Amino acid sequence: MPRITVTVDGITYEEEVEPRLLLVHLLRERLGKTGTPVGCDTSNCGACTVMLDGKSVKSCSVLAVQADGGDVVTIEGLGAAGEMHPMQRAFHEEHALQCGYCTPGMVMAAIDLLREDPEPSEETIRQGLEGNLCRCTGYCNIVRAVRKGAQEMGQAVSTP
Amino acid sequence: MTVQEVGQPRRRKEDAKLLTGRTQWTDNLSRPGMLHVTFLRSPMAHARITGVDVSGARGLPGVVAAFSGQDLAAEQGSLPCAWPVTEDIVIPDHPPMAVSEVRYVGEAVACVIAVDRYRAADALEAIEVDYEPLPAVVDMTQALSADSPKVHETGNKAYEMTADFGDIEAAFRDAPVVVDRTFVQQRLIPTAMEPRAILADTDGESFTLWSSTQIPHVLRVMLAVVTGIPEHKLRVIAPDVGGGFGSKLQVTAEEVLCLLLARKLGRPVKWTESRSEGNLTVHHGRDQIQHVRLAAEADGRIRGLQVSLLADMGAYLMLLTPGIPLLGASMCNAIYKMDAYQFNCTGVFTTKMPTDAYRGAGRPEATFLIERMMDELAAAVNVDPIEVRRRNWIRHEEFPYATISGLTYDSGNYEAATDRALSLFGYDKLRAEQADRRDRGDPVQLGIGVSTYTEMCGLAPSRWLADANFGAGGWEHGSVRMLPTGKVEVITGTSPHGQGHVTSWSQIVADALGVPFEDVTVLHGDTAIAHKGMDTYGSRSLVIGGVAVLKACEKVKEKARKLAAYVLECSPDDLEFEAGAFKVRGTDSSKTIQELAYATFTAHDLPEGVEPNLDSDATFDPDNYSFPHGTHLCAVEVDTETGMVKLRSYVAVDDIGKVVNPLIVEGQVHGGIAQGIAQALFEEATYDAEGNLLTTTMADYLLPSAADLPMFTLDRTETPATSNPLGAKGVGEAGTIASTPAVVNAVVDALRPYGIEDVRMPCTPERVWRALEGVRR
Repeated sequence: MPRITVTVDGITYEEEVEPRLLLVHLLRERLGKTGTPVGCDTSNCGACTVMLDGKSVKSCSVLAVQADGGDVVTIEGLGAAGEMHPMQRAFHEEHALQCGYCTPGMVMAAIDLLREDPEPSEETIRQGLEGNLCRCTGYCNIVRAVRKGAQEMGQAVSTP
Repeated sequence: MTVQEVGQPRRRKEDAKLLTGRTQWTDNLSRPGMLHVTFLRSPMAHARITGVDVSGARGLPGVVAAFSGQDLAAEQGSLPCAWPVTEDIVIPDHPPMAVSEVRYVGEAVACVIAVDRYRAADALEAIEVDYEPLPAVVDMTQALSADSPKVHETGNKAYEMTADFGDIEAAFRDAPVVVDRTFVQQRLIPTAMEPRAILADTDGESFTLWSSTQIPHVLRVMLAVVTGIPEHKLRVIAPDVGGGFGSKLQVTAEEVLCLLLARKLGRPVKWTESRSEGNLTVHHGRDQIQHVRLAAEADGRIRGLQVSLLADMGAYLMLLTPGIPLLGASMCNAIYKMDAYQFNCTGVFTTKMPTDAYRGAGRPEATFLIERMMDELAAAVNVDPIEVRRRNWIRHEEFPYATISGLTYDSGNYEAATDRALSLFGYDKLRAEQADRRDRGDPVQLGIGVSTYTEMCGLAPSRWLADANFGAGGWEHGSVRMLPTGKVEVITGTSPHGQGHVTSWSQIVADALGVPFEDVTVLHGDTAIAHKGMDTYGSRSLVIGGVAVLKACEKVKEKARKLAAYVLECSPDDLEFEAGAFKVRGTDSSKTIQELAYATFTAHDLPEGVEPNLDSDATFDPDNYSFPHGTHLCAVEVDTETGMVKLRSYVAVDDIGKVVNPLIVEGQVHGGIAQGIAQALFEEATYDAEGNLLTTTMADYLLPSAADLPMFTLDRTETPATSNPLGAKGVGEAGTIASTPAVVNAVVDALRPYGIEDVRMPCTPERVWRALEGVRR
């Protein structure tokens, strides 16, 4: 079995994996990182979105072996020292989650879309989150939260 | 001065764990020695099973066991239907795993239990099943013809039910206007974001079942009956549950089978469905053909309404299957006055996944047909759709109002909600723009849709359920206990899965006991903790469960009052309760409820006959449903060249009585509207002629994304409900009930000048384009 080395939320793991093992199953079933859920089997819903080497990926569509040598950040590793990430806080403040199942992926995708456009318009946010489905919120408050999160992240960066 | 908590947009207590991934979804759970279950599912819609050979699977590495339906036949029982709606209803035997015949694609025929999910999935391929194909029965109308193949030996009709109110023949006799339409409520797949998951464990005597369910309490009772496991030896836990929308209001085959497998193997077993498995086997929603006739005067005043439904049951009657279309029976007449109303429904078996509750459950279907008919009536009498509604609706001064279908609407103000919505929407301006685009022959036409809905929710007064031959009551239970340090533990029989009960119940308790919001915790979803409950569905949790908690608080306060009077050496009548303290009227002498809680903990000095606790519980059973209502307005742009429908604006003014948490209410309405729009424009579960589901994945079954929806403009009017002391009305389903007809009315409104008077849902570009092609030829 292939042996891989992967860093997840700041901790480096060495694992022997079947070549077919999905990254999301490595996270959930081998490493106990159950904060990243699975919502579908066709990469449509985006619930399993994580960061791999700084870019968002749907971890149900990445093999664990493809993450060899990679740096994975999940929703569990997003905040620092017990503090929520500004995007997580914005989701809370704007009531952008109900059942919360899509939330980890939605938050990761939201952060990712700000890489290209730190001050996105409503339209950009809606297009940027097209690959992440939510069944509870109708997306109104998610869009508001991403805007707010973007503002706060911008401020966080510009604060000396 | 304490701020009143009820009415505040409190941020949710539930959020932190959900936002940081510290969740307890059922699939996250693990037990020592846990095994994984997979099911082999029928690829045939209808077939006789002539042989199942699981031996090939049994020998594979990592496989612990494999079973066929025959192996489990003696102990698996039959899945329950709790709603025998008529005396002569046919409720077929429904084995959790098919034994001799399969009746829909996806029905389980065998299972594998292995050490991990990959090996359990691999081993399914080593199972051999011989099928002798039987004809599929896919179309409801054909199913009722005499020469149709039969789904069950008894035939394809499950039941027929008719209710008559007033003289329907007289209403139609010589009516100046008769509108006659047939609408199709397409089949939907509820698609909660969390796929179902189940974990069953046993210590050899007692059983624990974790399930992604809305109904841990109902499930426990039903599973005890089906499996023979004594109720007191069975604990059911709904941990964090990722949405339900009715789809997890079910007693599923997999829940029964996982319990049986845990019992057989003496080990914990877990099953988690894949999304494609879920699309096949989570109960579907809607699926009706609605034939509707409406008789009116020349000015648009309704004389009578005649509704005849064919409702697709699918292959079996599950927990509430036959009753779902009948939940609309009292709702087709909606907010309108009429002299006569007839409702008829035939439940039809087909070789498809059974249908059951999906957000709104029967009321969206009813609301759709009447709100579509009101627009058709408006067109027939050449009156504005708002005006035709005004001429027919119950006026605010007429409440309480006994409707033609036998309900009493306690409160409402349709004029106020409509006026507010029209103003927010800019109705006159949009109508002017519409006229302009029509005059110019703009290829992009503007359509305006309205829905002045009401619904009955807060399921339900138990006496109503008795009349409907429902297999349970409609009460809800709540407990409140003051802890020694003055904190409060609340136990609710409701089972939230996204609705924010922990936050809202905390607000109610904070006000009732005068304790800080932060000092309240709410426990739920575990039959060993919340010992009584009827769970969460039908927009019932706040108006029944929240009220039960409020009533339990009142009892706690009365206990505390006796103790306070003893401690403060006064009569209980001399005490006033404010901001969490009992104060002797006209003095400075007082005791906080926290101090009194501690006094019951030490119990050093209690009056005669006072038990050492400040705990209480209450069970609330309302006298009536609650009747939210509102006016939703939708503007769409329809590209007549491509058929594309674009939502331009959406305004919703809802009257849900008193509001506990406006933030949560807003979220419920947003999500509800989105799901109703999804039915109008996007979603449809389709089966081919052989009974194969074609929409088995999220790539085929189109859920709206953020890019497909606009911002919604919301407002509220408020006429308090009189059926509960909070004055609240349910809100969980209102948006879904209201929005579907508003959107379709808008699409049809845009196309009416072309001679189009209906577009079948979902109004996809292809359907709209074909409708236009049909009239262009």
